[in-house]
Amino acid sequence: MEDYIIDLENITVRFNKANMKVDNLKEYVVRLLRRQLLFQEFIALDGVNLKIKKGEAWGLVGTNGAGKSTLLKVVSRIIKPYKGTVNVNGTVAALIELGAGIDPNLSARENIYLNGTILGYKKDFIAERFDDIVEFSELQDFLDSPVKNFSSGMKARLGFSVATSVQPDILIADEILSVGDIKFKKKCMNRMKSMLSSGTTLLYVSHNMDSIKRLCDKALWLDHGKPVMTGTAKEVCDAYIEKMKS
Amino acid sequence: MTLVRKDKSGGFLEVFKYKDLLIQLVSRDLKLKYRRSVLGYVWSILNPLLIMIVMYVVFSKLFDRNIPNFPVYLLIGRTMYDFVIGATNKAMDGITTNASLLKKTYVSKFMFPLAKVTSGMVDYVLSLGALLIVLVFTQSPFYWTMLLFPIVTLEAYIFTCGLGFFLAQMHVFFRDTRYIYHAFTTAWMYASAIFYPVDILPDWMRVIVEYCNPVYIYIKQFRDIAYSGCLPSLDSIILGVAYAALFFVLGVTIFRDKQDKFILYI
Repeated sequence: MEDYIIDLENITVRFNKANMKVDNLKEYVVRLLRRQLLFQEFIALDGVNLKIKKGEAWGLVGTNGAGKSTLLKVVSRIIKPYKGTVNVNGTVAALIELGAGIDPNLSARENIYLNGTILGYKKDFIAERFDDIVEFSELQDFLDSPVKNFSSGMKARLGFSVATSVQPDILIADEILSVGDIKFKKKCMNRMKSMLSSGTTLLYVSHNMDSIKRLCDKALWLDHGKPVMTGTAKEVCDAYIEKMKS
Repeated sequence: MTLVRKDKSGGFLEVFKYKDLLIQLVSRDLKLKYRRSVLGYVWSILNPLLIMIVMYVVFSKLFDRNIPNFPVYLLIGRTMYDFVIGATNKAMDGITTNASLLKKTYVSKFMFPLAKVTSGMVDYVLSLGALLIVLVFTQSPFYWTMLLFPIVTLEAYIFTCGLGFFLAQMHVFFRDTRYIYHAFTTAWMYASAIFYPVDILPDWMRVIVEYCNPVYIYIKQFRDIAYSGCLPSLDSIILGVAYAALFFVLGVTIFRDKQDKFILYI
């Protein structure tokens, strides 16, 4: 048996898309009595298989709503699938939205600790890396001002710096580099590349085919929750672009 | 052989892995509370004092003859009740207010209600300054039994955590939990003998309050050690610990079983 770092088998994720969501007890009881409790099924992922070996870089492509982000959330344990098995062997750093978990009322310094502990690190461990994090984020001059005064780019820097301060086994990135200036984007790209070259496995979502071709070896194309094509990044991206043109 | 991770995650014991996060969350709550106003700490003492004075003025004519040192009696009851109800109310929001975070990162979901109850407990300990002031002001005696205060607090803390977990998961599915709970806590306050002596109740009511109301059990223990200067009865301790354990186990179990559905409702 081959060893996979990420092994997804027959993953199905379903949501309730009932247009009138019952979120209070009063309505729930009323509808229960009238037998109007609807469950309108929406299949976000439908029987997706994905086997990734250690050190590979995978790109996910597809139109909006194809299930790319849902798949990333399954790998990073945020969503448990309705059916299927998930095997993930290693630490995961999920960059699904930079700055999730940043408290606007706290200073940048306090947020580095808060964000780091949310990711499951110990306080001492963050303290050791504190200077590196600050240096990478280039926020030295704003360390003690509340984050609510920061621009979205500055928040993204803070989030990226904390999340990538430790080398994870698996890095999950979802369209994160859309904010931030060119210089910082380049810096992020370089950091991701250096992680890749030292053995981190990457799962990357982007609508920018060039960046997928540049970073990834392989790619998966999803459409309405179903896998359309798997192959090398170049093949899949070219096929996808071709399809989008027609 | 690969490990199936979903079997390893989501249990309550995971909170120990995140214990540094608990410290961060609690210190954030306290920092924000006390940073926002210069009078931060003064308020946490002044508030119970003012409420006590109002209640004292209202009820002293009614019960003063039966209850010696009414201010201390009142303040102990009020402080304990405020801790349990305040902390559970904050714990209820634990999951829903962190929705955006939980959609984007994996964290043990137990952390958020737990942090709210813990910061509520720190607030409660700080607000005991008010009790100290009243004790000195009324020239009440100090008893060695007051040293047993951590035991009473621990029982109430564990009970409150359990109830907090239960309310937090319920609030995810039913956003009107808050209003239902509000009505419930009003009744609960009157059933906790905060401003009246328990022996004015008819027998059947008294049995309910003394045996079926954990908050009253903790108030009674607190009064035993700080107001009467005696040891709580063994029955009371057994009952108090039993309620704490029961609510904690139920709260954790229900929360754990429902947590995978949170993402669909937040």
